[in-house]
Amino acid sequence: MALLQISEPGQSAAPHQHRLAVGIDLGTTNSLVATVRSGLAETLADEDGQHILPSVVRYLSSGEVIVGHRALAGAARDPLNTIASAKRLMGRGIEDVKQLGGRSLYQFIATGSGMPKIRTAAGDVSPVAVSAEILKVLKARAESALGGELQGAVITVPAYFDEAQRQATKDAATLAGLRVLRLLNEPTAAALAYGLDRGEEGVVVVYDLGGGTFDVSVLHMHHGVFEVLSTGGDSALGGDDFDHLLAEWIMQQAGISDDAAHTQLRHVMAIARAVKESLSVHEQAAIRLDQSFGTAWQGQITRGQFNELIEPLVAKTMISCRRALRDAGISPEDIKQVVLVGGSTRVPRVREKVAEFFGRTPLSDIDPDKVVALGAAQQADILIGNKSGDQALLLDVIPLSLGLEVMGGLVEKIIPRNTTIPVARAQEFTTFKDGQTAMGIHVVQGERELVSDCRSLARFNLTGIPPMAAGAAHIRVTFQVDADGLLTVSAREETSGVASHVEVKPSYGLAENEIERMLRDSMQHAREDMEQRRLREQQVEAKRLVEAVSAALAQDGALLVADERDRIGQAISRLQSALAQSDYAALKAATTDLERHTAEFAARRMDHGIRKALTGQQIDEL
Amino acid sequence: MKHPLDTNYFALFHLPVQFPLDGEILNTRYRELQRVIHPDRYAHASDQEKRLAQQHATLINDAYHTLRDDLKRAQYLLRLKGVSLEQRQVHDPGFLMEQMELREELAAIEQARDPARFDTLFKQIRQLEKNCKQALQESFATPERLEQACEAVVKLQFIRKLAEEAESLEERL
Repeated sequence: MALLQISEPGQSAAPHQHRLAVGIDLGTTNSLVATVRSGLAETLADEDGQHILPSVVRYLSSGEVIVGHRALAGAARDPLNTIASAKRLMGRGIEDVKQLGGRSLYQFIATGSGMPKIRTAAGDVSPVAVSAEILKVLKARAESALGGELQGAVITVPAYFDEAQRQATKDAATLAGLRVLRLLNEPTAAALAYGLDRGEEGVVVVYDLGGGTFDVSVLHMHHGVFEVLSTGGDSALGGDDFDHLLAEWIMQQAGISDDAAHTQLRHVMAIARAVKESLSVHEQAAIRLDQSFGTAWQGQITRGQFNELIEPLVAKTMISCRRALRDAGISPEDIKQVVLVGGSTRVPRVREKVAEFFGRTPLSDIDPDKVVALGAAQQADILIGNKSGDQALLLDVIPLSLGLEVMGGLVEKIIPRNTTIPVARAQEFTTFKDGQTAMGIHVVQGERELVSDCRSLARFNLTGIPPMAAGAAHIRVTFQVDADGLLTVSAREETSGVASHVEVKPSYGLAENEIERMLRDSMQHAREDMEQRRLREQQVEAKRLVEAVSAALAQDGALLVADERDRIGQAISRLQSALAQSDYAALKAATTDLERHTAEFAARRMDHGIRKALTGQQIDEL
Repeated sequence: MKHPLDTNYFALFHLPVQFPLDGEILNTRYRELQRVIHPDRYAHASDQEKRLAQQHATLINDAYHTLRDDLKRAQYLLRLKGVSLEQRQVHDPGFLMEQMELREELAAIEQARDPARFDTLFKQIRQLEKNCKQALQESFATPERLEQACEAVVKLQFIRKLAEEAESLEERL
């Protein structure tokens, strides 16, 4: 028998081609796309050399959709059809949208499924569809720059986004035809960029104030392992709110009423933004507001006055910082570095407060607008499998507590916020009434004690419980969150074995059939037959399996005896011949067959890895 | 061959089954294990390996966070020794009195909406926690006094609950 080949641990033996993957920062105000080329992360520009794509989408009555700078330019003229800050509406019901505060700039239409739509000249559009338009532009940009079809993308979301907001983001990616490798938290992405590019080590705090969201994360970085210790924030607080406050102040000063026309409100907002940006550089700024009949209002504001306006908001971010430190069990003197992310950290008052709170000057030497996209690109490169050997590893946490509704409308927390994922937790419950045969399981997310104050994620029933006295049944409810942050809940009555489970899809995401319909409607998928698509997906899956098993054999073949190795080899051959045909059922069967033959091998490989990791450690210490 | 994950949490990290803990060794071994086993390492592997990786990583996370925390480690150690914590009560009148006073202070802060008083409260809570941990250390030393360990665990549970309530009140105010 020929000698077995064994490669370096952690290195895949089969050299594969570079797979095209990108990181996308889908921001409230601006979006970017980045990729790793020749080991370096870089953002990609459009044909005019612009890297930043304003997250603005304009719908024309002709049905044409304009995205980015050109849409932004038309915002003041055509406010109702030009959608900005759609991210703030993602995964939100009409009630939430009303509570977001500030004057509403659009005409909202309530819909059955929860998320409101926006009325435009091209019809009613959902925030998910608006975000998908932005993603489509970035996807096209990346594909033309990289010269091929994208195989996957990491899209960033605020760490403090709840399940509904995350699901809405995933839905938008699906609509745009992107395969999501992972939703990555924005501050974590920034920390990755700093850690991988600048080699930062120790405890790092990321303060991320964007256009519409605020996040703070505490991380521990050690030799390429990025451990998130805690995360906190506010998914509805950002630079946009500074603009709103400033706009209100200007309107008050200029005597403009609250019910002014949409075009005028948009105009004031645009001016407020420019004034805010000017105050980041100058001590005071002049304001000139064009009004009807050729008249104009003129005024000015000092940085001190502006600081006073935004003080309550900045103070709110500090409360989140304090909580994040407490959750991480860290005091300010343990912190090695504070990193600023997001365009709104350019506001001097924000910088001052951060420096004061953490007792050190914060870092911002990677462009705060680009750092999130750059980190996301690094993670995409890792997850798509382009990096081998000693790559970085990210240990993330869940941002919000997960729990169940119990008697009295109260929440019983099962997994507290800032628990490292993957995680599984179980708790036992019992019946309330004699002879009770069913139990309603209501899964919620949030920190508050009352169910009504938390976000409802899913409901399902455990039925068929054998009739028993109240309190006699033992119902074990298990929450499992995987490395992608996806939650699965299962319930089981222990004495009878009756079980039920649900993969949690939050109530404000789009329904499965809704996405399918939207996909069918879009041109690129209309031509593709569903059968064809199913076969193609199975082929991709089968090829991936063959590649994975071959690499595993080359690396750890020594863990098998010749006989076992032969049997796996035969199963590979069978799958390869099935791949040559176009029979979905046969291909599926051959895939399952290979998986069955490699089950034991997979388990051995993993044990081997664990043992090696620990022995390596012990030798070091002896 | 015994499966490495069938052993207890201490053995998983090759640590002695005892209350005193070398946190640095635990941290290092945790990172080394996750480096090998984390599902992200198997993003391109078969579904089977992904499932296995997830199970292992879940267990390692659980073990790590149990051992790292003094209270959870003590509870786990008592369970390993077959000592039940069900229906344990604290018989220390001084401690109970103090708990009552702290709870009254918490209620008073809520009533007066006076967040400035949190500093002192948290200081007191931290001191109590420190005392309890000291008692835990001593009760787990040789010779072991498991009854005392149980009492310290229950006290620590009380204190943690109080701290949680104080923190959540502080966030609301």
